[in-house]
Amino acid sequence: MSARVIVTTSGKGGVGKTTSTANIAAALAKFGKKVVAIDADVGLRNLDVIMGLENRVVYNFIDVIEKTCKMSAALVKDKRVPGLFLLPAAQTRTKDAVNPEQMVALCEELKPDFDFILLDCPAGIEGGFKNAAAGADEALVVTTPEIPSVRDADRIIGMLESMGKSPIRLIINRLRPNMVQDGDMLAKEDILDVLSIELIGVVPEDESVIRATNNGEPMTMTLDSPAAHAYLNIAERLLGNDVPLMDLESYAGRGFFSKIKKFFKGKKR
Amino acid sequence: MDFLKKLFGSGSETSGQKAKDRLRIVLIHDRTDISPQLLDNLRKEIVHVLVKYMDIDEKKIEIDLDRDEKAVALVANIPVLRIKRSGVETK
Repeated sequence: MSARVIVTTSGKGGVGKTTSTANIAAALAKFGKKVVAIDADVGLRNLDVIMGLENRVVYNFIDVIEKTCKMSAALVKDKRVPGLFLLPAAQTRTKDAVNPEQMVALCEELKPDFDFILLDCPAGIEGGFKNAAAGADEALVVTTPEIPSVRDADRIIGMLESMGKSPIRLIINRLRPNMVQDGDMLAKEDILDVLSIELIGVVPEDESVIRATNNGEPMTMTLDSPAAHAYLNIAERLLGNDVPLMDLESYAGRGFFSKIKKFFKGKKR
Repeated sequence: MDFLKKLFGSGSETSGQKAKDRLRIVLIHDRTDISPQLLDNLRKEIVHVLVKYMDIDEKKIEIDLDRDEKAVALVANIPVLRIKRSGVETK
């Protein structure tokens, strides 16, 4: 077994990198793969909380790099899904505590034991990003349908391309289909048109994400919600399965006003 | 009123369309790394050269970068008022 190493990144903060990493990792494990999610955000770790494993963290990957502990001691096994592991970041250290070479070595050590290594990258384009990206072969770029986020994604894609990562695929997160329908949000076509990279999934805005974070349980483990569905589809596409994009419009037209609007628009024609 | 406008889909530009256009322009500038200052200097120099050969309407000059698929083009729209007869006129 030699793991595929994938970095989840975005440039801009707060667009859903960690949520995406946690949910895709859990989904891949659910599909029977052996997965480790590495929190590469040294000093501002959060993947442990999103995955609900914060109480079980003892060591972190910097302890492994500095040989304070063995790899097996630092890996946190998720008891809810077989084959899912977390390798936490150090909270009391800074991004300077590691260098890209050490991250590459860390991934190499894990590769023989896993199918997938997912690296949750910090926001920004500095050291933390370079460390996280160094160990990866492939990349997932997360963006929301807003100008600042797409702009930063464009910068990151340029950097990932020059680092030779391939494939680099896009996740459009927090899309509101009803706003797109009303012409008040960038559509997926608009984003793909300017970024010109492959799309791996569109995740709709969904309150379940907040509930899942509150509960410390990735949605793809249990919840049946639009976002959970979208992340399961992304995991399937990572595995090479051809899954059609969700029909997000069907989620949109449910409100009272949109029904009235449809009625009037229909009449006009 | 906004609500009614939206309801009946009146002709005005949507915020999504506005976002799309702004994003396009922002990325062109980001990717080519040309500052507004540089573009302004370029404009001044182009005008400097052009006025030797023709009278132009300097107030209506539009110079910007435009992107077509993966190529970026410098598009200049310069209204010409009069072509000078003998080419370069020396003062």
